Amino acid sequence: MSRVTPASIPDTQVMDRRNLDWYVDKAVQVLVFVGGVSAILFIIGIFVFITKEGFGFLTTTFDAQEFFTSPRWRPTSEHNPTYGALALIVGTASVTGLAMLVAVPFSLGAAIYIGEFATGKTREALKVLVELLAAIPSVVWGFIGLSMMNPLIIKLFNVPVGLNVLNAGVILGLMAAPIMTTIAEDSLKAVPDGYREAAEALGATRWQVIFKVVLPAAKNGLVAAVLLGVGRGFGETMAVLMASGHSINLPTSIFDSVRALTATIAAELGETAVGSDHYRALFTLGIFLFLITFLINLTADLVVRGIRKK
Amino acid sequence: MFEASDLNIHNQRAEKLWRLLFLMMTLLLILPVLIILGVLIHKGGPMISIDFLFTEPKDGMTAGGIFPALVGTVWLVAVALLASVPVGVAAALYLSEYAPDNWLTRAINLAIINLAGVPSIVHALFGVGAFVLFFRFGTSILAASLTLAVMTLPVVIVATRESLQAVPQAFREACWNMGATRWQTIRKVVLPNSVSGILTGIILEVSRTAGETAPIMFTGAAFFLPFLPQSVFDQTMAMSLHLFVISTQVPGVPEALPFGVALVLITMVLVMNAVSIAFRMVLRSKKKW
Repeated sequence: MSRVTPASIPDTQVMDRRNLDWYVDKAVQVLVFVGGVSAILFIIGIFVFITKEGFGFLTTTFDAQEFFTSPRWRPTSEHNPTYGALALIVGTASVTGLAMLVAVPFSLGAAIYIGEFATGKTREALKVLVELLAAIPSVVWGFIGLSMMNPLIIKLFNVPVGLNVLNAGVILGLMAAPIMTTIAEDSLKAVPDGYREAAEALGATRWQVIFKVVLPAAKNGLVAAVLLGVGRGFGETMAVLMASGHSINLPTSIFDSVRALTATIAAELGETAVGSDHYRALFTLGIFLFLITFLINLTADLVVRGIRKK
Repeated sequence: MFEASDLNIHNQRAEKLWRLLFLMMTLLLILPVLIILGVLIHKGGPMISIDFLFTEPKDGMTAGGIFPALVGTVWLVAVALLASVPVGVAAALYLSEYAPDNWLTRAINLAIINLAGVPSIVHALFGVGAFVLFFRFGTSILAASLTLAVMTLPVVIVATRESLQAVPQAFREACWNMGATRWQTIRKVVLPNSVSGILTGIILEVSRTAGETAPIMFTGAAFFLPFLPQSVFDQTMAMSLHLFVISTQVPGVPEALPFGVALVLITMVLVMNAVSIAFRMVLRSKKKW
């Protein structure tokens, strides 16, 4: 701040606000604006750079019919490499589907308990534990699938291999549950207390209030929670790579090994030469994943915005 | 005087049942964490020693310690923070203090949500295409850390924005009335009142960054390097990738070794998280307004 006494300021300077402080202020405004816009630049950058690397494949070898309908992913075949991603898409979808079957009821149940029943210290403790669940790195989850779930599944179900849809699905369910619980609980909390009080004044019991008033009012947020969970499942890499068995397969039961889109990129990118068809095909898988998760996140955002407008 | 009617009793029972059901669901969600921690400590605990933490892997990574991986993770996290914290804090300042409610702000918010939602392996592809190849950093700590920085940027932005918005508007107005510029207000009033909240977010980001594997696999982390990195243009080992490598790629690893690595990794991450959570709770209880 300038430290001039009023008497010493010539008239012209009083009129001219453009002293050093003014310029610093403007400079900071520009800097933080650049920071703010950077998020948009990064999203565009991600799309541009993965498209740039994958583009050569999309315009030449890529065959949409083969890509979406053939389960033969054989990029390393010497004479006739094929790039059918169906088995990978089905692999990702089956693992994510099972994960949601596990995670949705439990996350919603946990959100209801934490949001509507638990109070005081219990509530805080439960929230912290859910947060810690979210903190476990995906490679550790993968290791758990490999070293704990694998022998457990072999023993319990008497199957030869424990690295399969069931293993990856349960692991992924546990990974997706915290984010779903947190968002679902937030949307329960966003329901005005007046709704609950009005229902209770009419003689409704606690669970009637929850099922007939709170859940319908929080519907959009709950849908968004599930969508974000699905997005998480689609994008998870290391845990699925380690726990799913990583073999190309159209699964017929939860005890079949599968291979996910993400895991394919992670396992194969290191072995490819920059600019080869195989390398570009992996980037094409990346473009596909980017677009799917972008759509899921966009939908979730629109659904959430739906509540705010009301 | 008042006797519970049949309906009352029925309702009370129903409520108790529902409550029990939801409690069971919550506990079933949390129980696996405790079991996992228990098994990790049981099987990995005996591995942990000063030697394990401070020596290099030996015999094709089937014996020895994890020192290069530990140091590598510290390098990766530190460089990632240097890149992402300034940008993230600037973005949060813009969103909280400057941004008008228009389409651009909505686009920025949407971009942040998407940045957090893009799969980690897609971030890895971006890192390869942008930092390794286009900017010619090669597979190096710099490329890997920048990839991690872009990926964890939303964590910093969201945490910082939240703690900036927690500063009452009246504080700012009082400062503006004294003739201070926007920046003076931010520097002297808003930031001092939110700095601990921002720190909480940064600690959380550290824990996220330390555990990531996919984004660093092809951008700078190496399977095995017997020496420590000397600059940001070197490759390095990392804890997360090391766990992946010794549990899937190397034959003949004794069973306890990966458990030991997993235990060290998860301890780092959980301790950091717990510190962040504790910090947040202390802050909340100390809040004066």
